[in-house]
Amino acid sequence: MADFAQTLMTALAVGSLYALIALGYTMVYGILKFINFAHSDIVVLGAWLSFTMAQRLLPMLGLDPHNPATTPPLWVGEVILLASMAFCSLIGFAIERLAYKPLRKAPRLNVLITAIGVSLLLQNVGQLNFVFGPSPQKMPALLPTWELLRVSLPSANGNRDVVVGLVDVVIIVTSAVLMIALEYLVFRTKTGTAMRAVSFDIDASALMGIPVDRVVSFTFVLGSALAAAAGFLYALKYPGLNQPAHATWVLLGLKAFVAAVIGGIGNVRGAVLGGFVIAFVEQFGAFYLSSNYRDVYVFALLIAILLVRPSGLLGSTVREKV
Amino acid sequence: MTQQGLATAPLESARPPRERGLVGTVVNSAWPVAVGLTVAAMMHVMLPTTIGPFYTRIVIDSGIAIILAVSLNIVNGMTGQFSLGHAAFLALGGYTAGMITFYGSLLLWNSPAKQGGFLGSGEWLFAFACLMGGIVATLAGYVVGLPSLRLRGDYLAIVTLGFGEILRVILQQTRPVIDSVEKLKNAGAAQLWPPPVGGAVGFNGLPKYTNLFWVYAFATFMLVVAFRLKRSSLGRAMISVREDEFAAQAMGVNVARIKVLAFMIAAFFAGLAGGLYAHESGLIMSPRDAGFQRSLDYVLMTVLGGRGSISGVMLAAIILTVMPEALRDFDQYRLIVYALLLIGMMLLRPQGLFGIHEVWDWRPRWRSRAATTRSMPAKGGRPNA
Repeated sequence: MADFAQTLMTALAVGSLYALIALGYTMVYGILKFINFAHSDIVVLGAWLSFTMAQRLLPMLGLDPHNPATTPPLWVGEVILLASMAFCSLIGFAIERLAYKPLRKAPRLNVLITAIGVSLLLQNVGQLNFVFGPSPQKMPALLPTWELLRVSLPSANGNRDVVVGLVDVVIIVTSAVLMIALEYLVFRTKTGTAMRAVSFDIDASALMGIPVDRVVSFTFVLGSALAAAAGFLYALKYPGLNQPAHATWVLLGLKAFVAAVIGGIGNVRGAVLGGFVIAFVEQFGAFYLSSNYRDVYVFALLIAILLVRPSGLLGSTVREKV
Repeated sequence: MTQQGLATAPLESARPPRERGLVGTVVNSAWPVAVGLTVAAMMHVMLPTTIGPFYTRIVIDSGIAIILAVSLNIVNGMTGQFSLGHAAFLALGGYTAGMITFYGSLLLWNSPAKQGGFLGSGEWLFAFACLMGGIVATLAGYVVGLPSLRLRGDYLAIVTLGFGEILRVILQQTRPVIDSVEKLKNAGAAQLWPPPVGGAVGFNGLPKYTNLFWVYAFATFMLVVAFRLKRSSLGRAMISVREDEFAAQAMGVNVARIKVLAFMIAAFFAGLAGGLYAHESGLIMSPRDAGFQRSLDYVLMTVLGGRGSISGVMLAAIILTVMPEALRDFDQYRLIVYALLLIGMMLLRPQGLFGIHEVWDWRPRWRSRAATTRSMPAKGGRPNA
């Protein structure tokens, strides 16, 4: 019971992160029909920017960034989050304009290969000594280590305490706020309607007077902002930041993409659902079966879903055009 | 669009007609193989003493890269399926071959050290192990090829990538290597399953048999198969699947069979190269070799060389093997150069250096205009990808 509750808590927090990242993948795929391999690197950028800013800001406030006991007031975290979202949006915009836009009419495979190239570029520029450097770093503590709730629940060997930490709650609440905002934007505003129209048929919406280029750019800006937020929250949850080209980041991005596919790619709600499905499979599999194979569960689930229901859980079946 | 499957036809027919039957076999296969083996043997005898161990190593690396890139090109270039998991076959072949030579030597000669000299008993065990590695990889290729029947493009890329990552994680969970006969005889099921191939640290202590002769002998084998394939009915069927799957099907091509076959052939040679890679001195086969990053290296070679051009891909494999060595002092920037190369290539010359042509098809534009206007496909290669 205690173990179950603790795993559930972790799965919810990790699931929100996957969902945030998956949203970026699914929006881009919905419109341009290619996997934006560079999306996971925006997450990395968000995390490392947060680290850099925290490293610079805390001494200005008279705090020691290496001492986890001294935490800044809450607004510092918010400022860092917003600044990193803004910067990543800019990068996302630039990537779309410079690398993907010239290929709008090219075969999809070429765009996919370009995306892989952009991803490699971001990773390795980030690894340069004068950018983020090639070694792992420790994220300064931005949140106090409060326990919001501590319950003693029975488990296999006696009672165990289940702790609900501030970090998990902040992750879940922030992601929920962002996802609700996105839901509102996509389904209730004019811009959102334009996005859905472009994703339905890019040529027809251009004929209807929708500024397609602007909508595509906006999608990238939006997805990159969400990715930056996910990167920031990830750094809060797991303060040991790996260097930008480390395999853990690639894997994080891949799992989020898997989440988008499982939910039904192109479907905003599906991406959120997929994020939680992946997190539950991974966390519960890791706890109850074997933690060594946690990545295997995710990819096995992906292959199974693709073979049984290629359009994903919430995706509508679209006939491939010949 | 449907004419593009036949796009290479005018160029092919410009050459003298192919011999058929027994004479054809000799002219087209036996003769090149004999030349290749002779060259390989000469390289083995002469090169290491003249150019030294460092450059020998680069030549060996290039040979292995050629096998991997050209085999991947059968799937990605000729058949038009996008696989991002080629390194999984490399690792599978390498681990299989490594187990055979390591535990085989242990049982046969009581020690995992090298046995015999050039073409001695140890080397034949090694050659056999490489072939077995290829066969195991072929079986895996069948399994990985199956999803290609239902998925295409990006989805297939992700699934093949998933296979590679799964294999990487599984290899990390393997048992430590058992390095003596006594321990091997006393080992219980717990030490033998999962197989004792070293876990996360890699497969240490393999006898280092790989030399220029075997690398280029296998490379010859690969290249002869690739060139013969490209001009055979099977190869034309593969190209037709790449150009337009539905049109191919309408023409009576068994698309499912062709796709799976392409995966199996590519996997066989990747497994073979894996055996060579595992036994190369100075390298340790590790689970990371199955992962995404390594697959990407070979994808890059096929993209750079031109999807469908065997000689172009060979050239790209050599360039991309030599370049990192030349840029060793700028190691930080190596991958940045790769990335810019990839992006620039896609923006400026998406069909690769040679597109669908071979290196020797190239000739000054004014002389070949008549041929190219008839045979060049529309800009960008595949329109309907």
